Formats: sequence, C-alpha cells, structure tokens
Amino acid sequence: MSAPLIEMRGITKSFGAVKANEAVDLSVAPGEILGLLGENGAGKTTLMNVLFGAYAPDAGDILVEGKPVAIHNSADALAAGIGMVHQHFHLAPRLTVLENLLIGIPGKSGRIDRAGGLSRLKEIGRQYGLSLDPNLPVSALSVGEQQRLEIIKALFRGARLLILDEPTAVLAPSEVDGLFAALRSMAAQGLGIIFISHKLNEVRALTHRCVVLRHGKVAGRVDDPANTTSAAMAELMCGHEIVPPVKEASTPGASVLTLDGISTAGHAGTPLRDVSLFVRAGEILGIAGVSGNGQRALADVISGMLPPKTGAMTIAGKTVAQFSPRELQALGLGRIPEDRMTTGLVTNLPLADSMVLPRIGTEAFSRKGLLNPAAIRAFAEAQIKAYDIRCPGPMVRAGALSGGNLQKALLARELAFDPKVLIVSQPTRGLDIGAARFIHEKFLAMRARGCGIIVIGEDLEELLMLSDRIAVMYEGRLAGTLSGAEATVARLGLMMTGAEGHA
Amino acid sequence: MSAVFEQIFQVGFLAAIIRIATPLAFATLGEMFSERAGVLNLGIEGIMLLCAMAGFTAASLSGSLWLGVLVAMLVGALMGALHALFTVALGLSQHVCGIGVTLFSSGLAYFLYRLIFGQQSVPPSIDGFKPVPIPLLSDIPVFGPAVFNQFTLVYLAIVAVPLAAFVLYRTPWGLSVRMVGENPRAADSAGVSVMATRFQAVILGGALMGLAGAFLTMAQFNAFTFGVVSGRGWVAIALVVFGRWDPWRSAGAALLFAFVDALQLRMQASGLGHIPYEAFLMLPFIFTIVAMAFMSRNAVAPSALLKPFRREER
Repeated sequence: MSAPLIEMRGITKSFGAVKANEAVDLSVAPGEILGLLGENGAGKTTLMNVLFGAYAPDAGDILVEGKPVAIHNSADALAAGIGMVHQHFHLAPRLTVLENLLIGIPGKSGRIDRAGGLSRLKEIGRQYGLSLDPNLPVSALSVGEQQRLEIIKALFRGARLLILDEPTAVLAPSEVDGLFAALRSMAAQGLGIIFISHKLNEVRALTHRCVVLRHGKVAGRVDDPANTTSAAMAELMCGHEIVPPVKEASTPGASVLTLDGISTAGHAGTPLRDVSLFVRAGEILGIAGVSGNGQRALADVISGMLPPKTGAMTIAGKTVAQFSPRELQALGLGRIPEDRMTTGLVTNLPLADSMVLPRIGTEAFSRKGLLNPAAIRAFAEAQIKAYDIRCPGPMVRAGALSGGNLQKALLARELAFDPKVLIVSQPTRGLDIGAARFIHEKFLAMRARGCGIIVIGEDLEELLMLSDRIAVMYEGRLAGTLSGAEATVARLGLMMTGAEGHA
Repeated sequence: MSAVFEQIFQVGFLAAIIRIATPLAFATLGEMFSERAGVLNLGIEGIMLLCAMAGFTAASLSGSLWLGVLVAMLVGALMGALHALFTVALGLSQHVCGIGVTLFSSGLAYFLYRLIFGQQSVPPSIDGFKPVPIPLLSDIPVFGPAVFNQFTLVYLAIVAVPLAAFVLYRTPWGLSVRMVGENPRAADSAGVSVMATRFQAVILGGALMGLAGAFLTMAQFNAFTFGVVSGRGWVAIALVVFGRWDPWRSAGAALLFAFVDALQLRMQASGLGHIPYEAFLMLPFIFTIVAMAFMSRNAVAPSALLKPFRREER
C-alpha cells in the first residue's frame, strides 16, 4: 500500500489540566473516508484543529505523504493540502460566493483573478458535481449550500484531504443524502476524507474505517463500519453498554393542551393554517416534518411568543386569553426552545441567572422587587446536582457549557416547576448518545408523571421511540396523525413530502 | 432674493464645494478603509489635527510643501499604527482607544506647536499650495475653472476615490480587508493574516487622515490654529456611515456635506445678516443628522466592526 495521505502520530494536546488529546495515532489513505467518532468533548474537534493548524500540539508529529510537516496555522495546512469544513461556517455573508472563494488567493497583475476563479469553480462543479451561482451573496444561500461552498472552498485551494466537522448536524435529512453522494464521489477520485460525527448510522453508511475517541484517547478502531453494529460502536464511544430507555405502557388522561383551528400570520417562517391538535396527560405527541413546514410557528404559538390570527388554545382546560410566555407559563406550560443559545438562555450571564430567568419575578426568586441571589444560587446548585450538569459552578458563564449540559440545564429549569404541558423542539440536536439518552429518560419520566409532551423533531427514529402518537406537518398544516403502532419511518417520510394524507 | 441666489450659484461657489470636500474626502476614505477592516478609528479628529500641525511645521521649517505633505502622511500612518497596536494587537476597546488617540494627538499637537513656534500674537503662516490649472479642461465654462483650477491635492482626492474603489473591490488585498471586516475567522482559515491586514488598513487610513490634515494647513488656511480641524474628523465618521462604507458613496456624501457647508458660508456673507451666523454654522451638521436619519437606516456596518479577533478563542 502506498504511503498514507496524512498520518498523525502520538498527538497530545492539553488545555490547562485537561488533556484534550493524548497520544492519538490516525491515518487516512487516498480515496478513503475515515470516520472520527466520539462523544462531545472526546477530543475530535481538538484533534482536527491540531491538524488544521489552529492549535499547536504539545507532542506528536504530522506526516503528509510520509514526510513530516510543521503546521503552525491554516495557511500551512492549506499548503499541505488539508482543507477543513468547520461546524460553524467560515464565510462572510455579505460577500459573494466567488469573493469567499478568492479570499487569500494571490491575484493576477495586482487584481483579483475573477476569470481564473470562475473557471476553477466550473471545473470543480464538473469534477465533483458541486456547483453554486458565483455572484450570489452568501447570505442568500441555504445552510446546505453554504456547506457546499465550504467544501468547494477547500477543493479550490487544492485540498487532497478534507476534514468535515459534524457536517450533518446542520442539514435536513434530504440534504444529507446529497452531501454523502458528493463525498463518495470525491473519495472515488482519490481524495481522503475525515468525517467527524457522533451519529452512528451515518458513520456506518458512509465511512470505510473508523477511529473512536474517548476522553482524548483512541478507544478503538473499526475496520468495517458497515458490518459493525451501532451498539458495538456506541459501547466504544461511551465505554459502557447503552441500554435503550424503556417506555412503559400508559393510559393517557384528559387533554392538557388543545389547539383548535389555529392560523398565524406575520411570522418569518411558514405560517400555520388551521391547525388543530391535542395532547393528553401522560402522552408524548411527536411532530414530524421537513424543517420549514411551520414547526417554528407551532412552537412559537404554543410557547406564547406568537399570538395566532384565528383559533383558540386551551391549557389544562383553561382557554388562553393572552398569548405571552409568562401567561402560558402560569397556566402550566414548560418550553425548551430549538435554539439553546439565543432563545434558550443568555450566554453571557451566569448559568444560575439563565436557569431562573423565566421565573425571575416570582416569589421563589425575588422579594419585594429585589432579587434573592441566595435562592437563585441554591436553586441552580440543586439542579446542577440533580441533573449532573458538568460545569465549574452556578456562576459560570452559560455560554461556556457544552451543548449537552446546556440542554440539561434548560430541561432542569422547566421540569423543576412540574409543568402540565411541555413543548420541546429538536431536543437532542447536536447532543451525543449519553446526553440524548439522559434527555429521553427524563421525557419518559415526565410522561409517567402525567405531563403531556409535544416533541417537534426531524430525527424520525427518535420520534418513533418516544411518541405515543406522531403528527406530520406539511406546508403549515397537519398532514395527519398516526398512532405509535401505525407509524413507520417510510410512512412518515411519505407524509412529510405531502404524498399521503391521513385523518 | 434672486440677487442672493445669483451670488450663491457661480464659479466661486462650485470651487468652494470642491475645496471643502477635499479634506473630508481624504478623511472619509481613511476612516472607511479602517472600518472596512473592522476597526473604528475615533482617533481621526486628533490625528487630523496632529498631521495638520506636523505638515505645517515641516513645510515651514524646510520650505518644501511636499515634504510637509509627506511628513503629515507619515505621522498619520504612525498614529494609525498606534491605534492598531491597541485595538488590533492588544484587542482593546476601539471606542476608548480611539478617543484616547484623539486626546493624545491633540495634546501633542498643541504642545509641539507651542514648543516650536512659541506664543505669537499673529500665528505664523506659510506660502501654501497654489491652484494649478489643468490645460484645456480648465477652459470648460463654469465647471472648468471650478474643478480644474485647483490645488494638486484636490486632484489627488479626485483620483483617490476611484483608486480606493479599485483597491477595495478589485485587488486581493481589498478583498482581504473586506473579509477581515466581515468574518475574520473566515479570513484566518483561508490563510490571510487578520492582524496584518487590519494593521495595514488602519495605517493606510491614518495616512489618508494625514493628507486631510495637511490640506487644511497647507492649502486651505496656510496656517495652523488649534481650531483648524473643528469637527471635520467627527463629520467624516458620520459620512462613512452615510456613504455606507463605499468609496463612491462616501465621496458623494463628502460632496453633499461640502455643498451645504459652502451654502451656509455664502448665506452668512449674503444679505441674510439679521440671522445670527451661528445658525448658519449649524446647517451642515443638522443636514448630516437629518440625512443620516433618512438615508442610512438600513445601512449595515461591516459585521466584525468593533470586534477584536483572537485566534485560540473558541
């Protein structure tokens, strides 16, 4: 076998006392798709940042085609043929596609080489089937297109090894297929690819070989991911067996949330059109659908952020008179928003403050108009303990927590007040298996206690596992509702495209 | 009333607009380059004053006006580098450092001027730049003598606008400047040095501010007084916003401001003497505020303006 395209030997990198990477070996051959698996915080991103020159390793060597190279910054990495697609895109939204491609590329006789850039872009389009309108501003592109631009950008600079950091986290399921097709075509043409993910089904479908990291060390290698079970790989990632949570049979009680003919207007996304649904006590209702079919409007109406144009809503038998988050919360609604960082909590404030924010004016946390810092702190400390939220303490900046811990904090904040209805959007997006399992268990525990839960999500397998009934949204309407027994991925998939309606 | 208007709209009026616009154009372009790279330079007012003083002093001591211009630009570049040192290299607050640079530069200008020239009852003056008519072009009726019978620095300003647009939009360096002002991380991951690009842009901006200062003391007034800049730097900051961070629009904004300023000067001098002259002085500023309120509401600043860039920060 020829020399590997890239080889990393004994890479060690510490941040203070934390060893993010310890003696990690890894190699990628031309034409190979290598999966890099691990829980959040296992050191995947750190390792790739070392390879891309963002961090200097404390020890270890990087070899490109058998020759040792020193990579001190991204320019060195690019020169060595390493391109990276970061989880958060590195694009300037107001510049055009072409300008984003040409940044850092030397010009021709002092000018930006537009013609050369255009022909190179066309060539990449032909070779790998990746194309974009060069004159569009990046802000006009969808997330999937922006990701394509990032890939094109790496190829444009002559990358022979492409690192993709959790590329599917931001994509809709239909976009994932397109991405995989492009990656396979690139590998077939001799490029090496490192695919970072913690989604086992994706890794099994796409990669040729896997390296699993745990606590910064290589926990195992999988030579045949397609024929290795997800359970075996999950065990490597977590270090222990993962038992799916048990959903006990339950008899739903009376309806705790009812929507009757709700329509909306004046919202950024798809409006709701005549949506009626109900959730009973002790029941989980899943809302499936391709992103952008009105899920956001639904979540906003139910959380009180968007007053509907027509229709009525009742919570625990009481008709909602005034749509405001505080009003609905008083009626017994808990909510976990889709975007933890913006509508979930205040990233620059201490975690404790974010954890009491929705109830900051209540008796529990303030007296006579003054905050009660001791009560706030005590509440946060108790929740941190109860939910095993890994953080230095309640006064740490909320934005410093990992996604899984933030989600636990949000969950703790709502569940502490024993809501009658809970609305959650994308509850486990971006979370690793362990954290996701924890969240699922909490939902099922709430269900057992008689809470009615609405889960809006795109991950059909998750919805199937949790839900007692699943409703499908299509273009702002409910395309139908299936009972847990009727629902299958195939059937839901059809309804999501509007092909099948069901009463 | 018609006599008033006749007096206003004539060759001299057009020439005055061009003359007033020139230092504003230099300063606005300078501030624009700096802000396009993501660095607000509130040092502009002080930098202009210090450069006005430095250029004047160099010219008056050496007898060479062009040496004065060069010194002014060098001092401007140096002050730009100082601002960049604080805001880019050290990542300190751009507002605070900018005001600091203005206070420091102004103080230094007063101090050095007193040290060199002492306290004189009549401020020393120099034989400044003379208008240089451009053959043929200056013979065009009305427009010719107004635009093409001007100081060389005015012609330089007229050339500087398309040149700035070319550099910003057509050269790799200009693209880097725009990129570090929009998303420095993107520039960094593309192998562009954010720090170097920002330093260069702020230094270039400082040199242009220096040119603006030099024009004031070596072409417009031919003397240095402590009030020689009198808010032109602050106006330039507004004009950058008004011009939406674009060289052409910024130059247009400078011309528009100059038009109102020239107008109020004429109105002061004309038969409207019963109105206190301070009312006229306010006009261009009121105009700027009103124009900004209407025209710049959807102007979007470079995304990374005011944001320092640190690499290993996650």
